[in-house]
Amino acid sequence: MFADFIAYLADGTNWAGTTGILNRLVQHLYYSGLALGIGAVIAVPLGLVIGHTGKGEGIIVGLANTMRALPSLGLMTLLVLLMSSTLIPPITALVLLAVPPLLAGVYAGIANVDRSAVDAARAMGMTEWQVLWRVEVPNALPLIVGGLRGATLQVVATATIAAFVNLGGLGRYIFDGLALYDYTRVFVGAVLVTALALVLDGLLALVVRLVQPGTGRLALRDPALLAAIDERAPVEAQP
Amino acid sequence: MNLWGIRNWPAVQELLLEHLYLAVVPTVVGVAVALPIGLLLRDRRRARSIAVVLSSMVFTIPSLALFVVLPVILGTRVLDPINVVIALTLYTVALSVRTTFEALDAVPAATREAATAIGYSSWKRALAVDLPLAIPVLTAGTRVVAVTNVSMVSVGAVIGIGGLGQLFTTGYQRDFPEQILTGLVLILLLAIVFDRIIALIGRAFTPWIRGASLKASERRLRALAQALPEVGRLREVVGRVR
Repeated sequence: MFADFIAYLADGTNWAGTTGILNRLVQHLYYSGLALGIGAVIAVPLGLVIGHTGKGEGIIVGLANTMRALPSLGLMTLLVLLMSSTLIPPITALVLLAVPPLLAGVYAGIANVDRSAVDAARAMGMTEWQVLWRVEVPNALPLIVGGLRGATLQVVATATIAAFVNLGGLGRYIFDGLALYDYTRVFVGAVLVTALALVLDGLLALVVRLVQPGTGRLALRDPALLAAIDERAPVEAQP
Repeated sequence: MNLWGIRNWPAVQELLLEHLYLAVVPTVVGVAVALPIGLLLRDRRRARSIAVVLSSMVFTIPSLALFVVLPVILGTRVLDPINVVIALTLYTVALSVRTTFEALDAVPAATREAATAIGYSSWKRALAVDLPLAIPVLTAGTRVVAVTNVSMVSVGAVIGIGGLGQLFTTGYQRDFPEQILTGLVLILLLAIVFDRIIALIGRAFTPWIRGASLKASERRLRALAQALPEVGRLREVVGRVR
């Protein structure tokens, strides 16, 4: 099985063309990216408002948990039968999958920011808008990106089922292989999806580290800022 | 519940029971495996970080990929429900080990030190102090795992196993939305019931939280203080030091 798998990947003809690996990969990333984008447009503002005001927490937590139970396969097949569009059903199913972890990340991130920092910002005369953008969001970034990481993982993994309703993506290898009893192809699809998920998860794990507040990992990589600091005065050693 | 589900209740009921089995067994086994691992590794830095990395790697494997690859690795038949059970158990262990670490970390250091000070051995402390105080966080994590499992079982239907998920695949092939809707509603109901049951079990094991304005840890410490003669000894020691 492993030998067949290597042979499949080594064959250049399996990579090119509309049914090639590269195109399947691009399709997979397109469905996932689109769903995550729409999910973020819904979840981020909602999470910011609820996290900042503390209103509607109970509803959102309950709703998010119930949405986790919604099976994507069922929702997608139902929508395919109810409407003629090919793209909307799987994207809708993936958006509903992406919203709970995104919402939870943003909401929990904002709500968990140290209250004394928020109060201090208010005491300094910051407006609510400034408190949100200059204190709460930077401090919440690791959890927000953590939510994005969870959402990405689920969406990329589940985008395979788009192939069940005759769309592209890496799931094609799994479904075509199952239909043809060609288990090498099934294996190729499974390994490629897993590899893609691992790579994306690793990249987002790096971003989580990067946005950790107080570490200066973001700021000090800006050469213009570094130059400005050098010019002004010898800065105190970073702890 | 719609009419299709009622008219075909015997068949639906069979799928419901299969779904229940495929979701509950991995949840219970997974948590039972994860708890001792979490307790054992929590204070061993290196082993703990290896466990965390391993579990997040397991979790990145898409469920459909795992369902179709497991028969190749294990030598089981493709249609054997054991593939779904093992796959979901793996996810549950991966997620619950991390939950266990977090839950144990949430136990206040002062409480743990107090237990050590009154003479608890590390194992007795882990079982009698750390674990009970970790239950609220553990319960929260287990509820998420359980609900996710109920939903994920249905993906197995595309390879021919998967309880209520089969209503999706056959409903789709037969162009019959009502059948799919039946599956959706039943899976949601199943998830809600499962979630509530775990929440109730969690609450049953944490009687000190009910209606308490005090933090759980403070309550627990007070209860300990009243119940244990050893605490008297602790007071003595503290008094002498003063």
